[in-house]
Amino acid sequence: MISDNFFHSVRLDEEKCRGCINCIKRCPTGAIRVRRGKAYILSERCIDCGECIRICPHHAKYAEKYSLNEILDYDYRIALPAPSLYGQFNNLDDVDYVLTALLQLGFDDVFEVSAGAELVSEATRLYMRRSDIVRPVISSACPAIVRLIRVRFPNLIDNVLPFNAPMEVAAYLAREQAVRKTGLTPEKIGVFFITPCTAKITAIKQPICNNRSNVSGVFAIKDIYPVLVGQMDKLPETRPLRSSGLMGVSWASSGGEATALLKERYLAADGIENVIQVLEELEDEKLNDLDFIELNACSGGCVGGPLTVENPYVAKARLQHLRKYLPVSCNHLPTDEIPAKMRWGKPLEPVNIMKLDEDLRKAMEKMRQMNEIESALPGLDCGTCGAPSCRDLAEDIVRGKGSIEDCVFFTRDKSDSNNYIPIPAPFRKSQASEPTAGNPDTEENV
Amino acid sequence: MSLIELHYDVPGDDFTRAGEASGSVKAQLKKLGFDPGVIRNVVIALYEGEINMVIHAGGGEIDVSIDPDQIRMVLRDHGPGIPDVALAMQEGYSTAPDNVRALGFGAGMGLPNIKKYTDEMRIDTEIGVGTTMYLRVDVKN
Repeated sequence: MISDNFFHSVRLDEEKCRGCINCIKRCPTGAIRVRRGKAYILSERCIDCGECIRICPHHAKYAEKYSLNEILDYDYRIALPAPSLYGQFNNLDDVDYVLTALLQLGFDDVFEVSAGAELVSEATRLYMRRSDIVRPVISSACPAIVRLIRVRFPNLIDNVLPFNAPMEVAAYLAREQAVRKTGLTPEKIGVFFITPCTAKITAIKQPICNNRSNVSGVFAIKDIYPVLVGQMDKLPETRPLRSSGLMGVSWASSGGEATALLKERYLAADGIENVIQVLEELEDEKLNDLDFIELNACSGGCVGGPLTVENPYVAKARLQHLRKYLPVSCNHLPTDEIPAKMRWGKPLEPVNIMKLDEDLRKAMEKMRQMNEIESALPGLDCGTCGAPSCRDLAEDIVRGKGSIEDCVFFTRDKSDSNNYIPIPAPFRKSQASEPTAGNPDTEENV
Repeated sequence: MSLIELHYDVPGDDFTRAGEASGSVKAQLKKLGFDPGVIRNVVIALYEGEINMVIHAGGGEIDVSIDPDQIRMVLRDHGPGIPDVALAMQEGYSTAPDNVRALGFGAGMGLPNIKKYTDEMRIDTEIGVGTTMYLRVDVKN
């Protein structure tokens, strides 16, 4: 089960939070409630997709930030740029500009995550040849999707590709390579991922399919971008550091991972709402004729991550330009055997947050109460109570985490007669209180 | 009287809304903690029923009764009725028009699928009056 100190990379700045309803409405897992005027995250439901960071007009939701000085804790430091980083720069025609500039920031070496991606593509192609797997196979590269599945679609867990994401594979190989090169012990080598999203930060700090991550630290693209651009502008020359091709770099946008499988029967969906619809259809066995499903929580794929700088479609166009100068693929598995280190260290376990009660009869009684409460609520889904919808408030109440008094319309109805403001007619449940026909102007508007 | 009774109106002219009732039932069964296999059976049978109502009957109504040991569904429409139920139950037999087939529906698997995913299926139908389908999915331990 989930412990109380469950890590989330998405944080709330209480001072900036005004208790508005933007984030609670946007959250795909219903994981935010406004309580005492502040938007708190329900830890066990949050999948760290970062939608709330994107939507918050007051910038009260933010990603945990790490100082570049952290790299000084290690004797040898390696930067792991996500391929989405390359889409952030205008007129980039050579990845080596980015990679050389990273060395100027204080890193001793770079290892492209797109190199790890090419190996994951190869391993996936081998895995797809097996006849004993559950199809369609769902990509496990987006950690928000893996968490979404374990929370909302636990019966699809067996479809999920049981391999580490390119970031983990790249981190493992980068450290192994550095140990050979420097003779240092593994813990003296720092491996730092440059991330487009919050979900990857969580995957590093609190992995769910491994005991610990191979990544030592993480920096957001948007935080590293200004210093990196400064270095790129004054580079005297570049070094030949690029080690991946267009197959790996294409993972940055939606469809890249799926096309690298060289199969036709695939689907690639991006944007959390589209993803949820696809998973619903898959659960209802409407997508059985597919081999592979690539899902990305962010619109456009990783280039649409909440911690990127550039618009996802602009970034995608730039990557298309960059691809022209790249070979197809530069990384291959040594044999037809999938290396053990590429597989998850432990299985994906479902997290049951949906059930109203462990006991079916008790759950049914709660559902009955919930339906009753919902029918007494105004049905406005205004969010003023702090829950995203009337139905969510009804559920909070039966779970003992909310009160009908939280509903402003209910409270007004109950209030002292001097201050009495009637519930608007369409939201009244009592038949006795119909408005006076033909005289709408006399009706009090609330 | 079951502890939980749900009622849905299925509109007759809108394919995009077919699946609303089965989707809502699925969400509630998940919250109740029913076995995923039971949920799948209910949802697939109900979805096929909804699609039939949209294609053939100009819509209808669905009532779902949920009990710990079984889920019962009644799908009622006022469509043209089914002239030959035994024929309609054959896999691949379809009377769906071409425009519906163009959308990927009407493969003649609707009723056979409902039969496959339920523990009981009973059809009352009368030409020109409508069709009522009674379905039951049992919860095995």
